[in-house]
Amino acid sequence: MADPQFLFRDEAASAPAVALSAFGEDTNATAVRIEPGEDARALLPHLDRLSLVEVTFPAFTDGRGFSSARILREAGYTGELRATGDIGVDMLSHLRRVGFDAIAPATPLDPAEAETAFNTWPEVYQATVVDGRKPIWALRHGL
Amino acid sequence: MYSYDHYDQAMVDARVAEFRDQTRRRIEGTLSEEKFRPLRLQNGLYLQLHAYMLRVAVPYGTLSSAQMKVLGDIADKYDRGYGHFTTRQNIQYNWIKLEDTPDILADLAKVEMHAIQTSGNCIRNISSDQYAGATPDEIIDPRPYAELLRQWSSFHPEFLALPRKFKICVIASDTDRAAMKLHDIGIQMVKNDAGEVGCAFYVGGGMGRTPFIAPQIKAFVPLDQLITYAEACLRVYNRYGRRDNKYKARIKILVHELGLDEYSRQVEEEFAHLLNQDIEPPLAELERIKAHFADPAFEQGLSDDLDLSNPKFARWVKANTAPHKVPGYTIATISLKPVGGIPGDASADQIRLMADLAKDYSFDELRVTHAQNIVLPHVKKADLFVLWEKLVAADLATANLNAITDIIACPGLDYCSLANARSIPVAQKISQRFTDNGKEETLGELKLKISGCINACGHHHAGHIGILGVDRKGTENYQLLLGGSEGADTSLGQITGPGFNEDGIVDAIDKVTDFYLAERQEGERFLDTYRRLGMAPFKEVIYG
Ligand code: HEM
Ligand code: SF4
Repeated sequence: MADPQFLFRDEAASAPAVALSAFGEDTNATAVRIEPGEDARALLPHLDRLSLVEVTFPAFTDGRGFSSARILREAGYTGELRATGDIGVDMLSHLRRVGFDAIAPATPLDPAEAETAFNTWPEVYQATVVDGRKPIWALRHGL
Repeated sequence: MYSYDHYDQAMVDARVAEFRDQTRRRIEGTLSEEKFRPLRLQNGLYLQLHAYMLRVAVPYGTLSSAQMKVLGDIADKYDRGYGHFTTRQNIQYNWIKLEDTPDILADLAKVEMHAIQTSGNCIRNISSDQYAGATPDEIIDPRPYAELLRQWSSFHPEFLALPRKFKICVIASDTDRAAMKLHDIGIQMVKNDAGEVGCAFYVGGGMGRTPFIAPQIKAFVPLDQLITYAEACLRVYNRYGRRDNKYKARIKILVHELGLDEYSRQVEEEFAHLLNQDIEPPLAELERIKAHFADPAFEQGLSDDLDLSNPKFARWVKANTAPHKVPGYTIATISLKPVGGIPGDASADQIRLMADLAKDYSFDELRVTHAQNIVLPHVKKADLFVLWEKLVAADLATANLNAITDIIACPGLDYCSLANARSIPVAQKISQRFTDNGKEETLGELKLKISGCINACGHHHAGHIGILGVDRKGTENYQLLLGGSEGADTSLGQITGPGFNEDGIVDAIDKVTDFYLAERQEGERFLDTYRRLGMAPFKEVIYG
């Protein structure tokens, strides 16, 4: 299991993540890994026993993990949400916006470049809600 | 017109800074071409046969004269003195250097422009009706809704690595002038029985190798649910669109494979869920945007009289102007299809001149059309003759809007690495032939569209007459299609039969148009006669 290079919560979960297929049978598991083609909503009945969901990005061009993350957060998941795999510096700000609070790139990223990348956007246009940021339209209208 | 507030400006400036940094890393070598590619694409930068090509966004085709002027200056400063207006109302430069690109984007940002998401697998620039805000036949100006969608789709974190590109179009008139049903999402602004404005959603249209006309998925989405509904459509696509085969990755294939009912069901489920997530901007935001699109200060009570004693002027007025919603005004189209020219090209000087003309005669506004022409949306009829004389002097007064010589053609083998055949020389030959033999004017409305390969960049499926370049045993060959349309009556053209060489295709078009002239009934366009008679007699005159 990849340790997160970037962590936005107090500590990283340590339980090893099991594949979604094994998670169904293993009722003790508290950490699970989902691949791009798997339905994040399959986890919704089990959210309260989960402390880690690892969302894989086998290729940076496959954006399904962004939807998976947001769906889990929208459903109220508060445990660690970790992005792993082929993650480039230019994805970092977007990963944060859909609710990831741990990022474990397969190849470690340059810390200075990552710092810049996390701060790319002064404000944001959309309410993803799960990142806690007020969108520009809310700021414009004092909401 | 919309103008940025400090938030919009900060977002575009942040993007320029980000891209400057990415370009630096690429040039220094810490960013590989493989990783850089999707980043540059989302900033409109393609690598072509000869050089980089930069596509600049013209949101819903609307430009101020200051913006147009900068487009001309960029053509001079960073390109070879030309710009190419595209079928999605944008502008492209074909000879760009990578290291210049951050500076070009910075120049654009100064006039509230950018190249954000003009390519790549993301939500592209939103297109619209080029007559928006000027035509009497719309229920409302569609552009504020397009602007709302532009802001929502810019850097949307969930939808930046979609299965494939995603194109949205917003119109508000039954006379569809923007090929709305050939988009991934087409939105038509409509009124319900209670007289409220809302959006009809069409999903899954597109051209390319498997063309589809978008079916309607929802007849009325209220304005305070527009973004939420669009987000639901996109989320279902992002999660379930095919990623195993790039030719099957567009949303049209998902809608086709799932079936409209199942796709709609999934969208409805996601929509119901998202309605509880508080992601919709308030209607006050729409009102704020709408205020930017208020009518300019039209003079009231002007006469509609026009002196048409100059026959050349009269011909241009008949061909290139359209009714305006305010008496005494007209909508004038500047054709970028001179006889024998390259469709959609304009020189830097022409671009700057059009900017000046917009300032003097059209309340500072221009539009780019998907047929690759430029519109001055608000011209006083009393100014029309003077305007025309200036266009004549700049070689911009071709009177051929929607005529057989108003051709849409893709770059084809002259510029494109995927092409089977050349498109531009065929367009030039047709334009020359039908001008010389005088048939252009007699034929009336006849939309002709040419693609150099099956990717259909030149919209050949949607031409009344379409031409498709194919490769036949290593030689260029052209197939002929008849009966396509991209208007309110959208239809896909059918291939007539075996293809032709370059001269043969021009001859074949001569034959089918002669047949039409002989057979047409009162008021029928080529397309109408074709629909009435069917393919068989047309085939007979070509191959019989
Ligand atoms: C010069 C190099 C170009 C290349 C290599 C290229 C490549 C492609 C490809 C591969 C497709 C099919 C995409 C798909 O179906 O998913 C496509 C579609 C398209 N391209 Fe291009 N293109 C080029 C230039 C242009 C230009 C200059 C224009 C505009 C004037 C243009 C407008 C379009 C349009 C409208 C489509 C159809 C989109 C649809 O299916 O809805 N392309 N292009
Ligand atoms: S239709 Fe084919 S030849 Fe023409 S620009 Fe598109 S990809 Fe190139």
